[in-house]
Amino acid sequence: MSAMSPTTPRFKQNVREALANRNIQAALGNAQAGFVAKRAAARAALPEFDDIRDAARDLKNHVLANLADYLERYEEKVTAAGGHVHWAETAGDAQRIVLDICRKAGAKTVNKGKSMISEECGINDFLEEHGVRAQETDLGEYIIQLRHEAPSHIIAPAIHVTVPEVEAEFRKAHTHLDPGRNLSEKAGLMAEARSVLREKYFAAEVGITGANMLIAETGQSVIVTNEGNGDLSQSLPRVHIVMASLEKIVPTLEDAATVLRVLARSATGQEITVYTTFSSGPRREGDPDGPEEYHVILLDNGRTNMLGTEFQEMLRCIRCGACMNHCPVYQSVGGHAYGWVYPGPMGAVLTPSLIGVEKGGQLPNASTFCGRCEAVCPMRIPLPKMMRHWREREFEKNLTPSAARCGLAAWRIVATRPWAYRLMTAAAARVLRIAAMGKGRLASLPMGRGWTDYRNFPAPQGRTFQSQWRGEQ
Amino acid sequence: MPPSQPRVALLVTCLVDMMRPSVGFAAAKLLEDAGCTVHVPAQTCCGQPNHNSGDREGAKALGRTMIAAMEGFDFVVAPSGSCAATVIKDYPQLFAGDGAWEARARNLAERTHEIVSFLTRVMGVERVTARCEGTATYHDSCSGLRSLGVKDEPRRLLATVGGLTLKEMAEPEICCGFGGTFCVKYPDISNKMVSNKTADIAATGADLLLAGDLGCLMNMQGKLSREGRAVKARHVVEVLAGDTTTPAIGEG
Repeated sequence: MSAMSPTTPRFKQNVREALANRNIQAALGNAQAGFVAKRAAARAALPEFDDIRDAARDLKNHVLANLADYLERYEEKVTAAGGHVHWAETAGDAQRIVLDICRKAGAKTVNKGKSMISEECGINDFLEEHGVRAQETDLGEYIIQLRHEAPSHIIAPAIHVTVPEVEAEFRKAHTHLDPGRNLSEKAGLMAEARSVLREKYFAAEVGITGANMLIAETGQSVIVTNEGNGDLSQSLPRVHIVMASLEKIVPTLEDAATVLRVLARSATGQEITVYTTFSSGPRREGDPDGPEEYHVILLDNGRTNMLGTEFQEMLRCIRCGACMNHCPVYQSVGGHAYGWVYPGPMGAVLTPSLIGVEKGGQLPNASTFCGRCEAVCPMRIPLPKMMRHWREREFEKNLTPSAARCGLAAWRIVATRPWAYRLMTAAAARVLRIAAMGKGRLASLPMGRGWTDYRNFPAPQGRTFQSQWRGEQ
Repeated sequence: MPPSQPRVALLVTCLVDMMRPSVGFAAAKLLEDAGCTVHVPAQTCCGQPNHNSGDREGAKALGRTMIAAMEGFDFVVAPSGSCAATVIKDYPQLFAGDGAWEARARNLAERTHEIVSFLTRVMGVERVTARCEGTATYHDSCSGLRSLGVKDEPRRLLATVGGLTLKEMAEPEICCGFGGTFCVKYPDISNKMVSNKTADIAATGADLLLAGDLGCLMNMQGKLSREGRAVKARHVVEVLAGDTTTPAIGEG
């Protein structure tokens, strides 16, 4: 899978592979429970948490109603500080802008902090194709880069990888490693990755980071990290590129603080991440460090098309990952099955928006609407409702499978005519009752193998409730 | 305060109507015990299958049939959190801006309740007279829990059932993987989810599984039975109404 060639259309096959993959299943199990417990504890420790969620929702709604205005203010501030703002309508535009900056900087290596926008634009592959080495520095990203994989989670990219798999990958890639060295624990792996990555920080000419927020009143970009790799990636190279999507903008520093109060708590259960870093542009005279050049690439890639539609609220998303951490579907199959950049409930809404419902339509269907995602979303995004809207769009475009369409049409005919409904339910109850042959259940249903392949089907009691209630014979 | 003898329409749900009428009779008994007069207007389906499949017009067609059927009653009560939530939460949105139907949909939504929360919140029921020997575990079906906030009500009433001990699952609030048509559209994922659920149920050691939605119960019981586990499954209203003689779901 890569950002440029989604495997979302073969979601069902991806699902079967993920369910059969013991490593993925083992890796998902414990990690997920940890996220859930930590968020619950963080929420319990802050009584006003739900009020802050309301405030964060309201402020982002205000931003979306005034998006162009705030983006222009942001651009003015960045420019005034000596930075450059580049507007990228598509992922391809963003790729070309990044390559152009790298070429002008004479870059052979680019260091990267974690950035989902860079994933969405397929920056690593594109740079490699053009002779520039992109080096991931986030531990999770580093692991999956060694494995030639995409992230399977937006804040824990290597959550699908087990510790023994990481050890095997390090032993393969780090040829200097003493075979006797103990790498069976997470701490040992982290130390090893750190020692290798430290050397690389000083080699890169360009550093790329994402942005959790862009602040209009100050022209700053904000990243929240736990490893410090983002800071090193952006302050050591000569050129710093920030890649962000348009909707990351907030009006003021105060607003950024509001979002920060719900972000880490929802994501990892931390009150605040270990590092919260504000970048204000290139190094000024007298600054002890910082990049000489500062670029911000603002990516649209389909987002402005969502404005004014039933999917606008999705643009409030702050990428905390709480929805996928609490999603029983994500928990069952992991992130790669979703087939593109964004997995879980937020991905199920965003993917069809950004790559089209023709390719991404499986995802909003693969939900029981259990509602846990909406219940934990810090921005109160009605994710199930928007998945249903995608199903409506599919239905309107005749993309719903024909068997399902026929079934729905037949049910509509029957259930709008009480006499037809009475006949049909009475007949079905009787036939199934007889087929169960007194056992009270059916082990196989020719028309319902999706059910009976995995479970027995409880047989009806016999006559319908309505006929019994009315004493009909 | 509700009227002294409220006229209640039982929205029996198409699944109970066809699969398990005893749930409907148990619901009617509980309502009568609480002082309601129970009516069963001729009815079909609330339209949830169409609504969740993106067939908005089909859902509205079924919705209009349901709205018309349920007019003129003080309350409309369903033995299902998900069907009740469709009427309470989804109808007002489906019919928004649709002339007179908007007001009729809103009016129905205001009168509609899930049964256990109706008994406790509206009718003030605090205890039942039923007996049921054994240990039960209660699964919180998603719509009842997260759309309607039904959580303590069934547990409070179950605590008054003579002879019954309630043993909680580790994760009673996690979806069982039913999801209406989801379970046949994505059987592999659904199977994974229901397998997690049955393992959780079995770990409680309970001999009885209870929930407030028949779809979820059929899914979980079907899996328990396929796995050869001896746990029986019933709709919560059966136990609250004292009906433990009707064969449990998937039996006899």
